[in-house]
Amino acid sequence: MSASQSAVRSRAEAVKVSRTFDWLICFTLFFVVLGGYHIHYMLTGGDWDFWTDWKDRRLWVTVAPIVSITFPAAVQAMLWWRYRLPFGAVLCILGLLLGEWVNRYLNFWGWTYFPVNFVFPSNLMPGAILLDVILMLSGSMTATAVLGGLAYGLVFYPGNWAIVGPLHVPVEYNGMMMTLADLQGYHYVRTGTPEYIRMVEKGTLRTFGKDVAPVSAFFSGFVSILIYFLWHFFGRWFNSTEFVKSA
Amino acid sequence: MAATTESVKTDAAEAPLLNVRNMLLGASLYIVFYGWVRWYEGVYGWSAGLDSFAPEFETYWMNFLYIEFVLEASTAGILWGYIWKTRDRKVMSITPREELRRHFTHWVWLVMYAIAIYYGASYFTEQDGTWHQTIVRDTDFTPSHIIEFYLSYPIYIITGFASFLYAKTRLPAYQQGMSLQYMVSVIGPFMILPNVGLNEWGHTFWFMEELFVAPLHYGFVFFGWAALGVMGVVNIEVASLSKLLKKDLA
Repeated sequence: MSASQSAVRSRAEAVKVSRTFDWLICFTLFFVVLGGYHIHYMLTGGDWDFWTDWKDRRLWVTVAPIVSITFPAAVQAMLWWRYRLPFGAVLCILGLLLGEWVNRYLNFWGWTYFPVNFVFPSNLMPGAILLDVILMLSGSMTATAVLGGLAYGLVFYPGNWAIVGPLHVPVEYNGMMMTLADLQGYHYVRTGTPEYIRMVEKGTLRTFGKDVAPVSAFFSGFVSILIYFLWHFFGRWFNSTEFVKSA
Repeated sequence: MAATTESVKTDAAEAPLLNVRNMLLGASLYIVFYGWVRWYEGVYGWSAGLDSFAPEFETYWMNFLYIEFVLEASTAGILWGYIWKTRDRKVMSITPREELRRHFTHWVWLVMYAIAIYYGASYFTEQDGTWHQTIVRDTDFTPSHIIEFYLSYPIYIITGFASFLYAKTRLPAYQQGMSLQYMVSVIGPFMILPNVGLNEWGHTFWFMEELFVAPLHYGFVFFGWAALGVMGVVNIEVASLSKLLKKDLA
């Protein structure tokens, strides 16, 4: 092999090869991240994401942003800090939402017949856009963690409000007051019901009425800041190109 | 003139850098096969998969399980054996063009790994949640587990390890030792399969239909994080390709 030998025949071929690799890398990164992120999210926040009767004003608002800011922070640590590509968070969320929507439609509805308006996933896109924009404008991991992480938690409930709002209107059913979402859950009994829904609206914070969602979002934003820091450093570790040498 | 004609002939006869046909065939294989699997679940999940003590459960589901075990073990043996047996013993002396071609083939493997991971970790894992929210289980080998744990997970393990083995036996960039993140991204998701032992032990010990966020499932979460090791693999690949193409792209 000669050092002067070239891998390509011309500059045009070099450009074509480079572009082809871009596509192969994008496809692979997208679907591998989708797989890892989806299994993480469904097993840490999944139940809140699966059903409208779990999408309450308290734990859903608290849990979903905290467990979902993880992979965006790690992938930003690669795409921005190595390649200056400002779409790490959006890439993760697009992947997650694709995996979820395919599943809710083909499996939750297509196999087990839960209606899609009972099992649609949470909207995480506004927070992802904020994370990417703040990182792009500030170029600072600390600013992204503090401002972006807080914004990620705060914007989650407003970002979903137009979707879940109509399901939170009160209805009276058999002499009991409940929401439309509760009523959906009442009609679509799952194997663990009623114990399964014991975590919904749990706790005395409920007595604060209208303050529940903002307080939960604020707390969620606070923890999201910490989780962003942690996962940024996880992401840096996953980015290493080290080789383990045999002893 | 003669020399030019000869050179053009050589180029025309040369294998393409990226074998698009193989890549599309490979992708179709996964997609068509899993489409058929989903059809099978739809039909025989409801008609024969509700009661594990029924004879039709043995016919349509346990036999499916036994057949997939045999096919997976033989596929892994043949595929990994073939890649190892045909390894390049002079990998450091290949031409830059051959190296580039092998990088493309390696990426075909990585694309297959991405498809396999998607089906295993995303499609069939969340599907398991809705099945168990609908049907109370009376066995560890439920229809959704027979597909999720014992079919889709072994398939991404077989694919991922084949990709790793290809890189290790044919690409100069991977000859300086074992790539830490490549091992993480292959071994981590592989560990999800042994973790099924914990999952099944827990499900037979506690009644927990089917709180997906239960701590019992956190083993899957931890090993799922390992998929992020693909970022390290991408970085190694980008560095190698930059080295190969730098002169021509300058």
